[in-house]
Amino acid sequence: MASQYKTSAWNRISRNIADRLASSLAVLSTLIVITPLIVIFGYLLYKGASSLNLAFFTNIPKPVGEMGGGMANAIVGSAVLLGIGSAIGVPIGIAAGIFLAEFGQGGRLANIIRFTADVLNGVPSIVMGIAIYSLIVLPQRHFSAFAGGVALGIMMIPTITRTTEEMLLMVPHSIREAALGLGVPNWRSVLSVSLRTASPGVITGCMLAFARVAGETAPLLFTAFGNQFWSVAVNQPIAALPLQIYVYANSPYDEWHRLAWAGALVLISLIVISVSLVRYVTSRGVLKGAN
Amino acid sequence: MPGPSEPPAPVTEKPGVPQPGQEPSVVRKFLKSRGSSALADRGFRWLMILCALSIFAIVALIFWELTTRSQLTISKFGIKFFFGSAWDPVNGNYGALPFVYGTLVSSLISLIIAVPLAVGVAIFITEMCPKMLRAPLSFLTELLAAIPSIVYGVWAVFVLVPLLREHVDPILIKVLGWTGLFAEPNFGIGMFAAGVILSIMILPIISSLTREVMSAVPHAQREAVLALGATRWEMIRMGVLRNARIGIVGSIILGLGRALGETMAVTMVIGNSPQILKNLLAPGYSMASVIANEFSEASDDMYRSALIEIGLALFLVTIVVNAFARVLVWAVTRGAPPRTT
Repeated sequence: MASQYKTSAWNRISRNIADRLASSLAVLSTLIVITPLIVIFGYLLYKGASSLNLAFFTNIPKPVGEMGGGMANAIVGSAVLLGIGSAIGVPIGIAAGIFLAEFGQGGRLANIIRFTADVLNGVPSIVMGIAIYSLIVLPQRHFSAFAGGVALGIMMIPTITRTTEEMLLMVPHSIREAALGLGVPNWRSVLSVSLRTASPGVITGCMLAFARVAGETAPLLFTAFGNQFWSVAVNQPIAALPLQIYVYANSPYDEWHRLAWAGALVLISLIVISVSLVRYVTSRGVLKGAN
Repeated sequence: MPGPSEPPAPVTEKPGVPQPGQEPSVVRKFLKSRGSSALADRGFRWLMILCALSIFAIVALIFWELTTRSQLTISKFGIKFFFGSAWDPVNGNYGALPFVYGTLVSSLISLIIAVPLAVGVAIFITEMCPKMLRAPLSFLTELLAAIPSIVYGVWAVFVLVPLLREHVDPILIKVLGWTGLFAEPNFGIGMFAAGVILSIMILPIISSLTREVMSAVPHAQREAVLALGATRWEMIRMGVLRNARIGIVGSIILGLGRALGETMAVTMVIGNSPQILKNLLAPGYSMASVIANEFSEASDDMYRSALIEIGLALFLVTIVVNAFARVLVWAVTRGAPPRTT
């Protein structure tokens, strides 16, 4: 075999070269990956900050050709949509998480539910949009904030369920047993002992889900639809920040491009703040009274 | 008879201290006054089961809605729907091949770009990175995953596309033009731009999962390889990557699942023209973006049914892809200690 005749010096050199090469490739790829992040953020800050002003938060969109205008209605609309979404997604998500952690453990039903939650998590958001469209919008015959909220709510469920389950499983059994030993009914012990102990972690999960759907555009295209005017009515089409950004970025007008950048900056700040908050909370222990 | 050795006076009068054979403790009394908890317990349990089952119901409902609403085209075109390349809503002729082609090709481009980078990042973070840098780096990649699709889209339209058009595409045409994959006309938007923005979007998913799989490889494996005199790269290659390869494939497939369904950013840069061309710089169309663009103007039932059928296909494909990937990742990480970073 040829390799056996390699001198040991050459062998060492070639292996060291391979080692160096692989190491520098890994470092290089990390740099390449970090670059777009910094470029995106830098550009967003530069473009967004220069076009962000008070009018952006207080005015509604102006007609084409007029300068100024803002996205106040879209910000409020996003808040309404996220409110409806959370009202649907948070209770169902947490309850399903409780089932998986406290009642289901290892059973076949729990495994099926867990798998279904993963499936739901992987459903493309545009598919969610057309499903909700044919489920709610078609029978009602009009676009509505409600339909948009339902779509967002459903998309929140899997994340919340899985984090709630994980957090509840981290609660030590002795705490549950202590509660049960005092004669506290099971439901009470689950709600005010297990869930309460795990609450920072559960809230983290909710915020992650919230941050994830806050930027969703595709499921809102045919449900909330967007609106150029003030509207907070639940059964009317409603404006949303991501939708407005989409419309403005695709338009041919510079003024609208400016507003799209400002909107993107607002959206991303909202998300970065909640993700960092989550990070901060989790780094301090996800259980109440832990450490 | 009272004496000095007698214990202190009994406390029967004081409520709350249990006395065997006498009235029950306050706790019991408190609980009794609230009625039996068996009913409440059972009710609570069923409520939780109901909520958990609703997840199942939602997925079933989505599937049911998509199937019934796309009956028109399913029964008219059958399987030929996905092999016809004519998309002509005016004459009621629907073939989804250009969209399938666009989705597959743009996802493939994104995987070709993203996979080596993602694995490189994962190697760097798990095996080489100083402890100090590990947390900020994984936070940064996490942040990359949290940026919404629409923001990537805006950035791609105003920054990435001009960049590709002015600087990258001319080089590609010059160097790789002979393959026929990169040719004039060069608009900047097109299949290649969609692939690039997709690769940026799926990178964090692939790299964080790969990291998870790699940290699940036991330390003894690394130490054994090192003890045989291996260099660090040989240790990574033989000790870590070989053991984690199934999980890495799983995370790549999970990234693929994400790329297949990605809508907004792709819609904004792919060019939206239903054609099948070898030239990657030419505009294309993807399954998700045709729904996003044309659904609200779908005037007749047939048109809408065709778009919903594309959605149904997307739904089924992502389910299969995700399930397959989950199984692979699970096969590697089961029984591993939880991640610490």
